[in-house]
Amino acid sequence: MTSIPAAASLVTDATQPAQSPLRLSWQRFKSNRFAMGASMVVVLFILMAIFAPWLAPHDPNETDLLRRLQVPVWMQGGEWSYPLGCDALGRDLLSRIIYGSRVSIFIGATVIFVATAIGVVAGLLAGYLRGWVDAVISRLVDILLAFPYLLFAIGLMATMGPGLQNIILALAYKEWVIPCRLVRGETMALREVEYVEAARAVGASSFYIMAREILPNILSSVIVVSTLRIAHVIILEASLSFLGIGVQPPTASWGSLVADGRAFIWDGWWVSTFSGFAILMLVLAINVSSQGLRDAFDPRLRD
Amino acid sequence: MQVSQPASATERQQPILSIRGLCTEFATPAGVLRAVQDLSLDVMPGECVGIVGESGSGKSVSFASVMGLIKPPGRVAAGEIVFAGMDLRKLSTQDMRAVRGKRMAMTMQDALTALNPSMTVEQQLLEVILAHDEDIVQSARWGKNAKAYKRAVEMLELVGIPSAAKRLRDYPHQFSGGMRQRIMIAIALACKPDLLIADEPTTALDVTIQAQVLELIGSLRRELGMSMVLITHDLSVVAEQCDRVVVMYAGQVVESGPTSEIIGQALHPYTRGLLAATPRVEDLAMPVRPIAGTVPSLINFPRQCHFYSRCQQRADACLSEIALSEPDVWRQVRCIRSEKERCA
Amino acid sequence: MSLAKFLERLLQLIPVMLGVSAIVFLMILITPGDPVDIMLGEQQATPEQREALRKDMGLDKPAAQRFGHFLRNAATGNFGHSYFHRRPVSEVILERLPATIELTLAALVIALMISIPLGVLAAVRKNSWVDRSATLGSLLGISMPGFWFGLLLMLVFGVWMQWLPISGRSDMASQVPVVTSFLTVDALLALNFKVFASALSHLALPAITLGLPMAAVLTRVTRTSMLEVLRQDYVTFAEAKGLSPRRVLFTHALRNALIPTVTMAALEVGSLLGGSMIVETIFGWPGLGRVVVESIFTRNYPMIQAAILLYALTYVLINFLADLLYTVLNPRVTL
Repeated sequence: MTSIPAAASLVTDATQPAQSPLRLSWQRFKSNRFAMGASMVVVLFILMAIFAPWLAPHDPNETDLLRRLQVPVWMQGGEWSYPLGCDALGRDLLSRIIYGSRVSIFIGATVIFVATAIGVVAGLLAGYLRGWVDAVISRLVDILLAFPYLLFAIGLMATMGPGLQNIILALAYKEWVIPCRLVRGETMALREVEYVEAARAVGASSFYIMAREILPNILSSVIVVSTLRIAHVIILEASLSFLGIGVQPPTASWGSLVADGRAFIWDGWWVSTFSGFAILMLVLAINVSSQGLRDAFDPRLRD
Repeated sequence: MQVSQPASATERQQPILSIRGLCTEFATPAGVLRAVQDLSLDVMPGECVGIVGESGSGKSVSFASVMGLIKPPGRVAAGEIVFAGMDLRKLSTQDMRAVRGKRMAMTMQDALTALNPSMTVEQQLLEVILAHDEDIVQSARWGKNAKAYKRAVEMLELVGIPSAAKRLRDYPHQFSGGMRQRIMIAIALACKPDLLIADEPTTALDVTIQAQVLELIGSLRRELGMSMVLITHDLSVVAEQCDRVVVMYAGQVVESGPTSEIIGQALHPYTRGLLAATPRVEDLAMPVRPIAGTVPSLINFPRQCHFYSRCQQRADACLSEIALSEPDVWRQVRCIRSEKERCA
Repeated sequence: MSLAKFLERLLQLIPVMLGVSAIVFLMILITPGDPVDIMLGEQQATPEQREALRKDMGLDKPAAQRFGHFLRNAATGNFGHSYFHRRPVSEVILERLPATIELTLAALVIALMISIPLGVLAAVRKNSWVDRSATLGSLLGISMPGFWFGLLLMLVFGVWMQWLPISGRSDMASQVPVVTSFLTVDALLALNFKVFASALSHLALPAITLGLPMAAVLTRVTRTSMLEVLRQDYVTFAEAKGLSPRRVLFTHALRNALIPTVTMAALEVGSLLGGSMIVETIFGWPGLGRVVVESIFTRNYPMIQAAILLYALTYVLINFLADLLYTVLNPRVTL
């Protein structure tokens, strides 16, 4: 009574021409200006990472002690050639941030890629085959979920040692449970659906059913969740690098840049501030576009 | 054809509820949805008026408007609502709150969702009593109010809940569907209102329970001398309980009149269609004919007969705005065909 | 709910706790470096002495036996010796834990005090400026790296404006008798307001840094939940009863709307535990989290492993309590 009568929504749906759900989702996404803008920003960051060598004005590792803690361009003593100033070793901050995007984005994408691959397979197996496979996988998921994320990663890093490869492994070890749980739930729901029953009746193998019938239908949820998780992983990696147990010099992710700047935050506040700001910008853009994706796939969930 | 007329105007009582020209709209992204258009009806003291219509006919929205429960993006665009001599649309929100629950009460379709799952029956019953009944409130402000409690138990017993005092402490989900409906009725009647608006009281119930609840409502009405508006899509319910019927379609009143006349001699093609679609126990062999088509969208609907697309007797003349045939609310039809037939 | 069911559920925790311990133990097993070497450090020792030490520490037994040993020790609170502190690990933990708890609780309080009113207001006044800014704030809060936020706060309030101290817990701790080990509470109990003010001001920045991102998450949850509840039939029915808007909001709507918020808050405690490590490091807060981070660099494995085990088990327990709380708040659900 206080919400729009049901008849209205029924009929507005019927008046649209029949289109594939994918096209409809794309159209909905396009009409969401915030989401489109945010995804542009994400694309820009990715481009920045790819074309870093051409975009960065200086070599990120080139030290120049004469330029120790040089201020950004808008402050007195700044120069246009070093627009965001320099760090304690005279390295250009802008170039370091541009190159840092490579590390941060690479790690985030790789972790999610690996974790999603493992998680989807595990989830499909657990959800479809049930039985002892499900029992084992679910138990493992429960136990892993019992660890706070950062803590677990720190523990693993302490054990395995720092470094790029280890940080990807450490994060992936916990991250896979997220898509796994999601896929398991949806698979369990879908396996009772009629077209799956039909496929079973025709004698299709479990593998075929999982791959061709179930997987395409859970894909949209997996994509939405994975894009959101990339943002999470980027922040986690930055946190680990900030503490000093992530990537090691000379590799520098944004997190380690912030850590660098911490030592001289009084005199050179710009180092930590702008590096962290880059993280904020990218993560914000990812969150907004991911929200847009979710709304595009299922507009009924909107408030 | 005889249309029964009431006694002359001066001998008629004043209606407890009088609605004239009610229009309620909702603003949607696709346009303005006119959920209720030009609704006029009277409810006399002590009588039961049935409102019949399918989903989307505007029947629930009409009475939500009367209760003052329409919120943005909806609004009551026009019309006059007079209840017990008060112009409801001119009342302040505070005064309207004093009317709601106390003099005019409502029950909803599904008692499971209408009752708060986290509150006991006792709390939900007591709060309406304490909100309205001044002399009970005066007697004890703090602590357990014995009078209010006694009234709560009385109400539960009245609607036929066994071991009422004990069951007050229970939560809604611990009762069966039929009992929950009774509890909702008890809450609605707790302050002895003059008018009860029952929105689809039996739709969510099993057939056997339906009969019980209807009987309960009927006997309570007679016992308390209450007026009632019974909103339903089921003509058989109306036939049993209601003195008069108002048939709504797509936001408009298409026919209204005494129950016996509507059932026996429906004038509007839609009403006739509804009757034909209702199975009758006296003649089980008679085929049940559904009405073809669906309810049109009420967004930016052209000014023509709303039933046009589904009417077997449509003509070009139906493509203009059709008005109700009688200015008097006692017997109305919104159809040009009926005019001709009646004059014949 | 019955005691039997409660115990049954409690017992179900045991496999998970065992699994958690197993994983921590696994971490111990695959840790590089010989524990004996690390313990001895620079000291000279003959191979026989090393062998004796190894036997003494039980390092020559098979893994399964060592796991049993590990569990037995853990149950009695014996986590070994901290390489760095030259004291039993359990002693270090007990010493540092209260500071972390104080910080975490303060952050939780801040988060709830902000998110609940804000979330409710945003839902009730949907699409108003309050709603829009709350949504924007939430978005920023969850996108922001916590450590960066802490540094910014430190910069703005500690360095530029010099309103609040940026390091440590308080230099006046010794002036107040230790009752609860929570400095703020102890200062209040001793009615020493000067120390209380000092303790509070030191607690402020770390607690805000830890609490605000959590507030961002909870605001969103509260708002969504409240919007959902306001759509429900029982809210309409409550209004139809002629109840005052305050009663409808607080007694009917809020009671149901807060359930997801509270359960989410319990789940988020995990990220509070993790975040406390960062916040304690930035602000020099003398808690367990800082010890863990330091232990990584000093290769103080017993310390790290004990802390992880403790945190993980605490988290499991908190989740269990959250489930309990959920059944209490939602009468329809039984344990």
